[in-house]
Amino acid sequence: MSIIKALNITKTYNSTAVPVHALNGIDLEIEKGEFTAIVGPSGCGKTTLLNILGGLDHPTSGEVSLAGTNITTMQDGKLIDFRLRNIGFVFQAYNLIPVLTTQENVEFIMLLQKRPKKERDERALELLTQMGIADKASQRPSQLSGGQQQRVAVARALASKPQFILADEPTANLDSHSTSALLDIMAKMNKEEGATFVFSTHDQRVIDKARRIITLEDGQIISDETR
Amino acid sequence: MTKLTKNMYFTLAWRNIWRNKRRSYITIASVTFAVMLACTMRSVQLGSYERMIETAARFFTGYIQIHKNGYWEDKTIDNSFSYTEDLIEKVASVEGVLEVVPRIESFALASYDQKTKGTMVLGIDPEKEHKLTEVKDKLVEGEYLEADDQSIMIAKGLADYLRVGIGDSVVLIGQGYHGTNAVGIYPVSGIMKFPVPEQNNSTIYLPLKEAQWLYATGDQLSSLSLVIDKANHVDRIVAGISKDVDLEAYEVMGWKELMPELVQGIEIDNLSSKVMIWILYIVIGFGMFGTFLMMTAERMYEFGVLLSIGMKRIKMQFVIFLEMALMATIGVIAGVMISLPFIIYYHFHPIYFGGEMQAAIEDFGVEAAYYFSMQPSLFYNQAWAIFLMAGILSLYPLIVIHRLKPVKAMREN
Repeated sequence: MSIIKALNITKTYNSTAVPVHALNGIDLEIEKGEFTAIVGPSGCGKTTLLNILGGLDHPTSGEVSLAGTNITTMQDGKLIDFRLRNIGFVFQAYNLIPVLTTQENVEFIMLLQKRPKKERDERALELLTQMGIADKASQRPSQLSGGQQQRVAVARALASKPQFILADEPTANLDSHSTSALLDIMAKMNKEEGATFVFSTHDQRVIDKARRIITLEDGQIISDETR
Repeated sequence: MTKLTKNMYFTLAWRNIWRNKRRSYITIASVTFAVMLACTMRSVQLGSYERMIETAARFFTGYIQIHKNGYWEDKTIDNSFSYTEDLIEKVASVEGVLEVVPRIESFALASYDQKTKGTMVLGIDPEKEHKLTEVKDKLVEGEYLEADDQSIMIAKGLADYLRVGIGDSVVLIGQGYHGTNAVGIYPVSGIMKFPVPEQNNSTIYLPLKEAQWLYATGDQLSSLSLVIDKANHVDRIVAGISKDVDLEAYEVMGWKELMPELVQGIEIDNLSSKVMIWILYIVIGFGMFGTFLMMTAERMYEFGVLLSIGMKRIKMQFVIFLEMALMATIGVIAGVMISLPFIIYYHFHPIYFGGEMQAAIEDFGVEAAYYFSMQPSLFYNQAWAIFLMAGILSLYPLIVIHRLKPVKAMREN
């Protein structure tokens, strides 16, 4: 069953004198439990595609269905709520809330979902333990290394029990050791929790771990291989 | 155990305030300073008004007066009215009226040796008058009047001008009831000192009966002045008396009607003071706006992230609004707390001027002193002003968040 379905997606930016066609007719289906990497050179449209798949941006034309729901025409408020309940995000720059502790950052999304306190506490600690950073639960993001922060970001993305997780260049700012550790964790989460991961990346180490690799160039899919 | 509970918004707002401690301290300090200055300025201003009203109403006209209808338009001895027990009873029976004080008022030339001056002559019931104006406390020399005396008490400024002392006889010459001659010679039994120069330079007190004899009015009175329980009950008491007395025959006036010039003067002065305070707030407001602007600009990326992960705009706006409200509240509380002891102290210990400063101020006809008011409104009005300003200024970040596009916010940072 397709959890992500994109039909003939185009995205054109008209902010410059010459329109920029970031995506040109993307058709894509991703099944539940996949561990997919979207790869390609800089400017090929990876992030734009991820943003559109995550409902953060609207396509110029085409249609995106997530878990059977067409989000292309969804109203802003409903779309925010849909993201909260269905999508986990991991950004390149970690993007943790600096004034909250590690555990609070993980809990935050569950608070938005109005989950009971006991469940929040247990889930947050469980995820931090799985990420190997339970001992950092009371520390603020500024006290953590880049790799640790990104692990918190993954824990936060998983905390809401989303249908799938979109990760935009999650290892771009990490050293090789942290990258390897993070990839192991995400692979483990994919296996154990059945979480669907979609990455945009040009990091070969991430590409090596992915089971499906979609290659973009000039806003078009030029290859789609499953290993 | 995490502290992030149902008060998540408060926790977030509180911690966000202290992300940039120096900036928050400066913003809060500017609000504190503005509130402190405004409270103190308003306290002095309202204190002065209260004192002016008290001096004029409590120590001179009374808060409420009853006259023959038309007297206030044409204040002559001919517009006096008969003293009747029925009228006194009706007035005294209104709740809040503590004493009904009869007076006869007119003008006369006071003469002693080679000096003559126009004076205001007040015929009073000495005991009742004291309850109204505490005039006995103003006595600085001699004896207070008795009801049956045939002598006068004279204000110190006038006594100094005429160069009279206790036991000297002053000639009073004026016009009595319906054009009769009012002439009398009275020994000075007491000298009083009043804080208001105009009063101190022109007032003579006579016992009521003697004044009625001087002006040939029989048992007629110019006014009934009322001692009331609280100054702010004036309107209610005026309404109560107006129901019971014949308004064709009598006019019942509160202090605002009795002293329209004073009311107008206070209103004009009050307005200019409010304008000054609003200018102060606007200056402070620009400082606050700068902070709000920075707080918004440096967190665009974070707002984008929060929106992406599913935090609703209204919740983000609420957190931002809370941050501003908290900073304003801290500033207001600090400003009030700092100014309060100062105001309380000077409320009970007014600042009196002496020497040339005193003379210069008294030339304007006002008492040379700073009185501090403790009206609650002077504190909460500053709070409202700050909150109103913070509310208006917070519209900017609220609008920014309302229009925020998550991708754009994260890309542009």
